[in-house]
Amino acid sequence: MGNEQLKEPDFNVRFEYRRKKSKEEMRFQLISFMLMIFLTILAFIAVGSNHFPPKFVIPFLLLLASVQVGFQLYYFMHASEKGHTFPMTFMYSAILVAFVTVLVFMTIIWW
Amino acid sequence: MNVTEKFTPQTWPEHPETATMEGKNKFIGFWLFLAGETVLFASLFATYLALKDSVPDASHPLAKDLFSLPLVFLMTMILLTSSLTSVYAIYHMRNYNFKKMQLWFAITVLLGASFLALEIYEFNHYVKEFGFTFGSSAFSSAYYTLVGTHGAHVTFGLGWITALIVRNAKRGLNLYNAPKYYVASLYWHFIDVVWVFIFTAVYLIGKVG
Amino acid sequence: MSTVASKKGIGAFIWEYLTTVDHKKIAHLYLAAGGFFFLLGGLEAMFIRIQLMKPQNDFISEQLFNEVMTMHGTTMIFLAAMPLLFAYMNAVVPLQIGARDVAFPFMNALGFWLFFLGGIFLNLSWFLGGAPDAGWTSYASLSMRSEGHGIDFYLLGVQISGFGTLMSGINFLATIINMRAPGMSFMRMPMFTWTTFVASSLILLAFPPLTISVFLLMFDRLFGSKFFDVAMGGNTIIWEHFFWIFGHPEVYILILPAFGIFSEIVPTFSRKRLFGYSSMVFATILIGFLGFMVWAHHMFTTGLGNVANAIFAVATMAIAVPTGIKIFNWLFTMWGGNIKITVPMLWALGFIPSFVIGGVTGIMQAVAPLDYQLHDTYFIVAHFHYVIVGGVVFALFAAAHFYWPKMFGTQLSEKLGYWTFIFFFPGFHLTFFVQHFLGLMGMPRRVATFLPGQGLDAGNYISSIGAFLMFIGVVLLLINIVVTSVKNKKVANDPWGDGRTMEWALPSPPPYYNFKQTPLVRGLDTWWLEKMEGNKELPPAEPLKDIHMPNNSILPFIISSGLFIAAFGAMYSPLNVVGDGKPWGVPVLILGLGIMFGTMLLRSLLDDYGYYIPKEDLVDDEGKGGRAG
Repeated sequence: MGNEQLKEPDFNVRFEYRRKKSKEEMRFQLISFMLMIFLTILAFIAVGSNHFPPKFVIPFLLLLASVQVGFQLYYFMHASEKGHTFPMTFMYSAILVAFVTVLVFMTIIWW
Repeated sequence: MNVTEKFTPQTWPEHPETATMEGKNKFIGFWLFLAGETVLFASLFATYLALKDSVPDASHPLAKDLFSLPLVFLMTMILLTSSLTSVYAIYHMRNYNFKKMQLWFAITVLLGASFLALEIYEFNHYVKEFGFTFGSSAFSSAYYTLVGTHGAHVTFGLGWITALIVRNAKRGLNLYNAPKYYVASLYWHFIDVVWVFIFTAVYLIGKVG
Repeated sequence: MSTVASKKGIGAFIWEYLTTVDHKKIAHLYLAAGGFFFLLGGLEAMFIRIQLMKPQNDFISEQLFNEVMTMHGTTMIFLAAMPLLFAYMNAVVPLQIGARDVAFPFMNALGFWLFFLGGIFLNLSWFLGGAPDAGWTSYASLSMRSEGHGIDFYLLGVQISGFGTLMSGINFLATIINMRAPGMSFMRMPMFTWTTFVASSLILLAFPPLTISVFLLMFDRLFGSKFFDVAMGGNTIIWEHFFWIFGHPEVYILILPAFGIFSEIVPTFSRKRLFGYSSMVFATILIGFLGFMVWAHHMFTTGLGNVANAIFAVATMAIAVPTGIKIFNWLFTMWGGNIKITVPMLWALGFIPSFVIGGVTGIMQAVAPLDYQLHDTYFIVAHFHYVIVGGVVFALFAAAHFYWPKMFGTQLSEKLGYWTFIFFFPGFHLTFFVQHFLGLMGMPRRVATFLPGQGLDAGNYISSIGAFLMFIGVVLLLINIVVTSVKNKKVANDPWGDGRTMEWALPSPPPYYNFKQTPLVRGLDTWWLEKMEGNKELPPAEPLKDIHMPNNSILPFIISSGLFIAAFGAMYSPLNVVGDGKPWGVPVLILGLGIMFGTMLLRSLLDDYGYYIPKEDLVDDEGKGGRAG
């Protein structure tokens, strides 16, 4: 990371800065964790309460799941950091193939 | 570059996981592997959804008869929390705090193990109470294969992280093992991602009908 | 390599190859193993053609015919074509991008041994109660009813070698993403590297569905699950979909590297840069993308419904566009070029018309209503042999001649090479061109015999004659290889004189560390560029320094052997549908998996930092292993 060239005082400034940055990052991760827990509880309530029709509940559940997975990928798995172009290109290609596969198995397999 | 070089929190790179060529390769290679795993699990989900409630006769239990939401909720909470603890571990890895990293990974392992125990209890319950076995219908085969593959991944992850913790306990963090810890945590998060879809598509939608 | 053998003896030679993690040696292994399976598959093809030479022939029985036909297809696709392509990818891609090795040398070796032991396992079926007999597609309805362990050999063998393929795919992707030399941007990458990249992406996304479907069928046959048991709620269409979600990209996994090989050969011997490089890259990516959206054209007659059939028909026709772009680019590369006819170029010239015929018949089948007529006839057989032999096998032959100097340091005889072409090329067209008409006249594929007086006699006879010509061509290639190896006449860095990419800047074969100094890439066709500026070697991108190298390891072989042992245990599981389960089945399965996971654990516990070649040694190497070039 090119740290070797830095002099002692620069080191400490940089170090302080990094500490602060990663603390901030941790706060985002904590917030996204709480949101995930919240979304999960919401999903369980939507089903457990038996109040809502399946036509509403199923798309709602899928939406909640995708939001959660977004949190996982971008905050927990650090995909929002630099250097994730290729990983994300391949992940999205995989998600596309995954989506087409699941779609086909839910539509044109009927016997 | 000497991979066993000793560091201080100040000299430790900001992204130790990609500070070496080996680390960069591991990082990219592991993400690619996860892309493959995505399609692998999608295939299992597709199979499950195609065969859901596909049973030989009316006496066979269906999804809505089987699943109990409180148990699944508990399992979900445990696994989600374990995901957070492994994020903590990586946070400490990047700050070069080896002890805390080990601690949080150990907590992750404990949470993972309790998740696994609940899953074993759950499978056992279905077999004993409902006669819902691996071979009792296409539905049961698909269910056990999907959820069981996830369980096998959890088991493998537990073994892997434990091995890392034990192997590196004495020598601390360096640029050789940092990428290993990092990809292990990626793997653990991925397991969690899969579980999000399992509790949604299998358990919750299964309950809805 | 012969010098190593004579110095250290045969034992050390075998040990070196068992433990090697050097991509160039793994390329040799892939070439040898893939070549061996290619000959096996070729022999099986000869049996098929001898059986079908005349009506109501009884050269082999119906059951044996089914086994031979299944093994021909399975062997050729999984164990011959793909590994042979991997051989050239391993030998060439790291050199083309200026890397010292692949990203994961250990995994590279593991991928090879998994493929090889999977292939051996599959072929052991011949000696252990009969080979698989449900066709290479092994549709679940048929394979569930197959007696004996043939299908189990197929499933376990394909699964093991499939793991190997998946690893190689990830390895090439990581190598190309991470290990390119300074200056080697994506749009300066040679076409063979590009096609390897896209084909590897297809491997990454297409093999998991195969893994799953093979697991499902394996569970059904060996462990009592009910995925394909209709009475228990199962559904056999699932297998068909998974097989083709994998199977169609698989076709592109084979043909894209073949395109890449020709995209290297055509500019080299036209002595002109590849026409439309960026459109070539674009077409490759587009083919890769569309390759995932067309699988159901293998299933038009399954009854998916008109809407689904129409969507997949249109998507299939769309693939013709990027493929057409490529064909025209090759033609325009040659147009106005200073063409030199050599054996590789001859194969390239033969490839273009042959592949176009295969492509055109492909478009015919994309028309769903017509496909109802053509489905499961010899027309299909003719079509896919035109693309796979006319495309992939021609490329493999071309690459064998083209890259032989780089892989072994000797050059295959051009004269014998021409003779191979003279027998193989007409033999190929003789065999498969008439099969179009046999199909149109209604001859179904996969039949063990046919009746006389139905207008099929002459066509089948001609077809078999052609097969013999191809056989002679392959024998001549083998003679060529033996003669060349015995003569052992070493060649220089750039034996063709017109090499364009970086591998030709290195000695033949390159030293084990490839590049003494990582080269600096200043443009597309890197080596050609330097040659035109009068440079004798590639400019270095770094000072001469110690080179980091990975250690050899026997562990890949042990891991693969563990899985090989586990496969035997799984096959004799007490729950298997054959009903000959053994009490030792499950223990052996656990033992095998234990060996595999135990060795993996060992690998992760033992630190392997590799070793360094001190730069003083590199200076001494002056004569042997060029500088950056």
